[in-house]
Amino acid sequence: MGKNPEPRGVRVAIGPQHPALKEPESFSVLLAGEKILESGVRLGYNHRGIEKACEERTYVQDLYLIERICGICSHSHSTAFISAVEEIAGLEIPRRAKYLRMLIGELERVHSHLLWLGVAGHEVGFDTLLMYTWRDREVVMDLLAALTGNRVNYGVNTMGGVRRDVSEDQKKQVLTAVDILEERTKYYIGVATQETTLIQRLSGVGKLNHEDAIHLGAVGPTARASSVKRDVRKDDPYLAYDEIPFNVVTSDHNDIYGRAVVRCLELMESYNMIRFIIANMPEGPIAVKAPRKVPAGEAISRYEAPRGEDVHYVRANGSEKPERVKVRAPTLANVQVVSHMLKDGYLADLPIVVAAIDPCFSCTDRMIAVAGDMAAINMGGTAFPGCADAGSKARATWEQVRQHGIEFYRRRGVDFARLNETFTAGGR
Amino acid sequence: MHWSSILWALFQILIFPGLLFLVALALAAEFVDRKLYARLQNRLGPPWFQPLADLIKLLAKQEVVPDLADKFMFVVTPMFALTAAVTASFYIPIWSHQALCSFPGDVIVVLYLLTIPTITFFLGGWYSRSVYSMIGAARSIMQLFAYEIPLFLAILAPALLAGTWSLSGMSLFYAHRPLLSLLNLLGLAIALVALLGKLERVPFDAPEAETEIVAGSFTEYSGRLLALFRLAIDVEMVVGASLLAAVFLPFGMDFGPVAGFGLYLAKILAVISMLSLMRTLFARLRLDQMINFCWQIAAPLAFVQLMADLVAKGTIARGVMIP
Repeated sequence: MGKNPEPRGVRVAIGPQHPALKEPESFSVLLAGEKILESGVRLGYNHRGIEKACEERTYVQDLYLIERICGICSHSHSTAFISAVEEIAGLEIPRRAKYLRMLIGELERVHSHLLWLGVAGHEVGFDTLLMYTWRDREVVMDLLAALTGNRVNYGVNTMGGVRRDVSEDQKKQVLTAVDILEERTKYYIGVATQETTLIQRLSGVGKLNHEDAIHLGAVGPTARASSVKRDVRKDDPYLAYDEIPFNVVTSDHNDIYGRAVVRCLELMESYNMIRFIIANMPEGPIAVKAPRKVPAGEAISRYEAPRGEDVHYVRANGSEKPERVKVRAPTLANVQVVSHMLKDGYLADLPIVVAAIDPCFSCTDRMIAVAGDMAAINMGGTAFPGCADAGSKARATWEQVRQHGIEFYRRRGVDFARLNETFTAGGR
Repeated sequence: MHWSSILWALFQILIFPGLLFLVALALAAEFVDRKLYARLQNRLGPPWFQPLADLIKLLAKQEVVPDLADKFMFVVTPMFALTAAVTASFYIPIWSHQALCSFPGDVIVVLYLLTIPTITFFLGGWYSRSVYSMIGAARSIMQLFAYEIPLFLAILAPALLAGTWSLSGMSLFYAHRPLLSLLNLLGLAIALVALLGKLERVPFDAPEAETEIVAGSFTEYSGRLLALFRLAIDVEMVVGASLLAAVFLPFGMDFGPVAGFGLYLAKILAVISMLSLMRTLFARLRLDQMINFCWQIAAPLAFVQLMADLVAKGTIARGVMIP
């Protein structure tokens, strides 16, 4: 290894395709033996252009598109988006709708945290934990399917309220399921706090002290495990979270063990909140009539997703389509923390350190805005036609983006026009 | 003149209790392990023929040798792994006190033959020239140094008490003094843990940790070569279990071949079940944690076992040994 031009190290690529990663992203680590000397994160393999696509659709259509940003916290994104729209439109949704949105939101948090626990187990080679938690997660998945008709993309939000009511029978169903889940979660708390090999793999790994957590802008359970008491549900209550009693769970372990404990205890908080929501569900309508067109204006909306604070920005121009939609998924806030936590760690800890922020990379990938003369540089050498001269702020039209995409791939040897010919000709 | 004896020897080597029997037993053992692992995890598990189906599938697949790899070493190592594991089985007494072959000192030979698969994992991974393989290879060899000492001590302690370096001799000694083998229970526990390391299974599967280094040494292997490696690990599991059964559980070998064989199956089933149970219960240890565990806990305990056997040899065994 002496001939290696890099000083005393081997560069190992974890990703974009790697068994540890559930989505394509790339971590490049420089190793000395098993120790990580430095690491780099590269995102952007999952860009889907959802923000731009939103501008082409009506608000109600956008709701379904936004819900598909994330397969796990789908309700978080759709609620954050529709709250912003309702704020611009000046719509006050009925209290029952608020409670129903919270109910789905908390059930979503339960399924997300149970999922995380299983993934964490898998990353440290404890597949038994994965199988157990994912089996129990089926309870809440079935419940969500019974309440909304779908297991992941619930489609329960609509402009002005929710689309489905909860019957008395379903309330009983929820309470029974919550009792089962609470029992199981207590068992997992026992496993996490007693199983020695698991503790050895989690404790003292992925250190993030209190100051760094604030400095690097960590959100959600990642921040709360470094005793940063930050939770949008408490700090800036949306829906009716100010009416529900609950504790913001924090831990001073500053490591992955702490993050596991915070998530387990948050599950217990969520069960109590679900019970409270069911017991205090107000009567009344579940939606108000909403206009097709939203008056000009802008709003920002914050939502505590299972992974942390989710921020949506919407600007309306008086038509039935938004002028601009901006999504800041929680993973974007946490991803900078990963490089910090990987430093001086072991290669063996990389998968769990990455998994500990509960990453969702396809939710995070965004295109950087192209402004003025920078257009030529940022877009890989070609400016959009008519973009560079449009002053300091340039925006591409839908057709320009399409043309750019075709050109971009043609320069790399993929010609979509010719690709179409070969397919339509019937021969491959 | 010796036609029949040559044929008989060939039959023994290739069919029973040699290669074919061992392969069948290894596939059965893999099934038991996978099924038990699955049931313990609340899963359904594979059907009984799954290991055989996997083997046939891999044998039928194209094998790709990476351009950068050392072709000779890349192809030869899986064969060495399988050969070594199969050869080791000839010295282990299965249903009677007499193994297929035995000579004074064969216990050392068996332990070394069982080390060869790990060495081939290292060589195969190293000559693959892929970064994941090389990390896996380095981990394999580091782990080897950690678990071999406790394993050797745990197996050699009973040999010391029996006063023989032959597995057949040990089996004969303990079969007539079953109470003395109770003394070696600590050794059995240590050997079980060390066997987990040898087979590179959870919690000691850092060399092939899929979430970190894809498949470690085996990352670049495919087709027949991968099938041979997998078969070698399965055979190694059976041979390791047989070794533990012969050394630590030498009961019931006097009831004739059929009962003896049945008991042998029961014994290796018990050992394999223990291995499955342990891989269900634990998370994967990091390499440094694994080495610390082996040197700080397993090795000292193996020394305790050794001391116990030495003391026993000087005191109680004297009385028991006189027939």
